[in-house]
Amino acid sequence: MRLFATALAIGLGVIGPALGVGLIGSKAMEALGRNPEAEAPIRTTMILAAAFAESIAIFALVVALIIKFVV
Amino acid sequence: MSPHISIKAEKVFEILGFPITNSLLVTTLVIVVFSFIARYYYQELQKEDRSLVFYGLHAMFVGLYGMFESVLRKNVNVFYGLLGSFFFFILLSNWSGLVPGVGSILIEPQIHLEEIAESKEIHETGKIPLLRGGTADLNTTIALALVSVFMTQLYGFKFLGPMGHLKKYFDFRDPIMIMLGPLELVQEFARIISFAFRLYGNIFAGEVLLTIVPFLLPVFFSFVVAPMFLMEIFVGLVQALVFVMLSAVFINMAVSHH
Repeated sequence: MRLFATALAIGLGVIGPALGVGLIGSKAMEALGRNPEAEAPIRTTMILAAAFAESIAIFALVVALIIKFVV
Repeated sequence: MSPHISIKAEKVFEILGFPITNSLLVTTLVIVVFSFIARYYYQELQKEDRSLVFYGLHAMFVGLYGMFESVLRKNVNVFYGLLGSFFFFILLSNWSGLVPGVGSILIEPQIHLEEIAESKEIHETGKIPLLRGGTADLNTTIALALVSVFMTQLYGFKFLGPMGHLKKYFDFRDPIMIMLGPLELVQEFARIISFAFRLYGNIFAGEVLLTIVPFLLPVFFSFVVAPMFLMEIFVGLVQALVFVMLSAVFINMAVSHH
């Protein structure tokens, strides 16, 4: 039962961040295509935004690890 | 043999009843290294002809300064000391978990036997790692998050005055602000949790990944672990950057008038 809870926590938890990172990447590509000379700032902001989206997945991972090892 | 994963830092020994964890040991080492780098930089700054290492450090400092300047504009000189030390301390703490020997040197625990029987997370040989990455411990990251949020409040009071700053949270002249003020207050506490868990989760997940991957694919060990290692170095850099950039944005919001 605990393994099931862990799997559900991480499995459902990463759906949102996955969509988010995909959207960030696609929008950055669009911006790059429209404005190729702004490559450096676009890359920096994209990596920062992707890290923010990824941190939501990390919250899910922490919850999954807590379910697995602590509770 | 199963991999050793512990979600919290283990107690290595006690000084007068004060527990010293393996994570605290590494953080102390990081502070010592940090101080030596700062001392070296200051000494080189006084000289006429400076070494190449100095210019390497200097380029990093200037790059970081430019990054903060794009967020904080004219106030950058006030906040650069705090945010810059945040960045380099978190960076060194993140990377300290990747140094060979950290997490792999096992020692006999010094705590009593009944405590070992209680804790389920102990290594099956009954040993605990002597060293553990600095930010792979929730205590370290909560401390950093508290310092960041507390300094944001302090700068808000300093730049806007007590009335100007409190007006962001308690403003009864406008019906919308009556509703939004308490939300801002809740957000301050949510920031502490979000700062702390983002950093801890990323670094701890990296450690778990590096521990698990060799057990999944033992044959091509180095071919798999080497790219993972590079990715963890990158993640450590990005997370340090994310922490300071978020702090910079929040401080900028706190010190500017609406």
